[in-house]
Amino acid sequence: MSTTIAAAPPVPKVETPLQRFVSEFVASRIALFGLVVFLAIVAIAVLAPWIAPQNPYDLAQLDIMDGRMEPGTVGGAGFTYWLGTDDQGRDMLSGIMYGLRISLMVGAGSAIIACLVGASLGMLAAYAGGRTDSLIMRLVDLQLSFPAILAALMILAFLGKGILNVVFALVIVEWAYYARTVRGSALVERRREYIEAAQCLALPTRRIIFRHLLPNCLPPLIVVGTMQVARAIALEATLSFLGLGVPITEPSLGLLISNGYEYMLSGKYWISFYPGIALLVTIVSINLVGDQLRDVLNPRLKK
Amino acid sequence: MTAFLLRRLIQAAAVVLVMSLLVFLGVFAVGDPVEILISPEADQFERERAIKALGLDLPLWRQYLVFLGNALQGDLGRSFVFNEPALKLILERMPATLELAIGATLAALIIGLPLGLYAGLRPNSAMSKGIMATSILGFSLPTFWVGLMLIMVFAVQLGWLPSTGRGETVTILGMRWSFLTRDGIAHLIMPALNLALFKISLVIRLTRAGVRETMLMDYVKFARAKGLSPARVTFVHVFKNILIPVVTVVGLEFGGTIAFSVVTESVFAWPGMGKLIIDSINVLDRPVMVAYLMMIVLLFITINLLVDITYSLLDPRVRLESKS
Repeated sequence: MSTTIAAAPPVPKVETPLQRFVSEFVASRIALFGLVVFLAIVAIAVLAPWIAPQNPYDLAQLDIMDGRMEPGTVGGAGFTYWLGTDDQGRDMLSGIMYGLRISLMVGAGSAIIACLVGASLGMLAAYAGGRTDSLIMRLVDLQLSFPAILAALMILAFLGKGILNVVFALVIVEWAYYARTVRGSALVERRREYIEAAQCLALPTRRIIFRHLLPNCLPPLIVVGTMQVARAIALEATLSFLGLGVPITEPSLGLLISNGYEYMLSGKYWISFYPGIALLVTIVSINLVGDQLRDVLNPRLKK
Repeated sequence: MTAFLLRRLIQAAAVVLVMSLLVFLGVFAVGDPVEILISPEADQFERERAIKALGLDLPLWRQYLVFLGNALQGDLGRSFVFNEPALKLILERMPATLELAIGATLAALIIGLPLGLYAGLRPNSAMSKGIMATSILGFSLPTFWVGLMLIMVFAVQLGWLPSTGRGETVTILGMRWSFLTRDGIAHLIMPALNLALFKISLVIRLTRAGVRETMLMDYVKFARAKGLSPARVTFVHVFKNILIPVVTVVGLEFGGTIAFSVVTESVFAWPGMGKLIIDSINVLDRPVMVAYLMMIVLLFITINLLVDITYSLLDPRVRLESKS
């Protein structure tokens, strides 16, 4: 009697949630492309002091004789201005690299602070309920019924220019989105059995909120957060363009574009054009990533 | 219905009151009110007199009541720069902004509706995918930069359209309008399109989603089964039904358009309220800032109120809910 050992059934591959998330995310080529571009932009911004041909903040390195040179001209310092120079002889490529630092810093910084503030208030509203809830949600409604650009404009009008003031203004106009998102998902999660179980175990409220409730509210928060970073960067650029954002000594992309405005009418397009392209690529790449995150993290789209 | 209206009106009034307090505190508490409200060129004697005249020696809550009382009478202070009542300055520039915002809204509908309709009817064609990809750009592109690029291409390179300003205007009912002259229209095209950019994308997406949803409805299938021509089904049965939500959203967006015209007006040097407020902020003309802010608050609250009332008229559930 020959016993043939039946081939063991193939062990189903067990995917951890993270692996599943990664494989679903990379399923979209365009989102992957967006992520790669975004990481490249972050790398350029971080490494700017080492890879930029020139330090645009160091006035000693600038040669006013090189002002408003066309892209591709070789300047007095001996290197080529691939993207031209602005009115003060600043290399646009270096200016953009350093400008990206400011733009990303302001965008990400304000998004993180707004997320902390908004998520805490949203969680408080959902958990406390009653008067606290309606007070916080009234504030959210008031904030959302008012266009972000105007609210930020007025805050900066009263506070004046400055990176910290811009971050503050962006936090004020953005927290409401996070608060609404967290409150919405926390209200749903609160009624689930695992929260009830945790409450039956008499776990402290703080532990229930931070270890049980919050992790389950994270996916929508991440999606909103990604989109808000893009929005914050665009808003900061707009405010800086209007002359209300970052100070002239530390130009963000918006301020670089604004500097080129007056020269554009005489056909010197590159001072405004290239920083705008950098801004556009940054925002689009973040939005592509955010779009895919929304699809992957949305449980309603799961089979 | 009367009770509902009354409740809504009281709520709106409360919000106006809260915002006026915020504006008041913004101007009076953040900076030194003397520095803010009295022209820096004033000498010592003039300052003392102005402090008395403006009531700055009173306690803060009394000052707020005075500010409120003046505001109710339409007195929001005088501009330092123009030496004219701030409210009058803003009202003078309002037609230009309204013209721009209405132009942008119309442009969004005229461009967005057909494109959205096409993308909804043929969701898988290459053209539709192109339309949708472009609409993502519309959400992502920084508006002010697109404005600059429009100027660069159409005004500087091609020379087809004037780059800035409002052009020739005609006075009707005491207000200056530029949409009635050829020159004015030429000046209006680029700013209106620029301001419409975001809304075009919005209209495309709303229309497309609406069309795709409506095409699956029983009444559309029935209309097809009846043997009606595709054109009739599309334009009468589908299009008319999606028009309502699209127009509602675009109407709701109108306030946002007026707010965002601040940016477009700065790019195209369009002499409206938005340009005025930016100029005022840059020269610290605070009375104009306060007046503009109060006007905008009033505008937004009116729009929200109208929307609420319209909803309650259309949907009785809203009214009944507020009763219980």
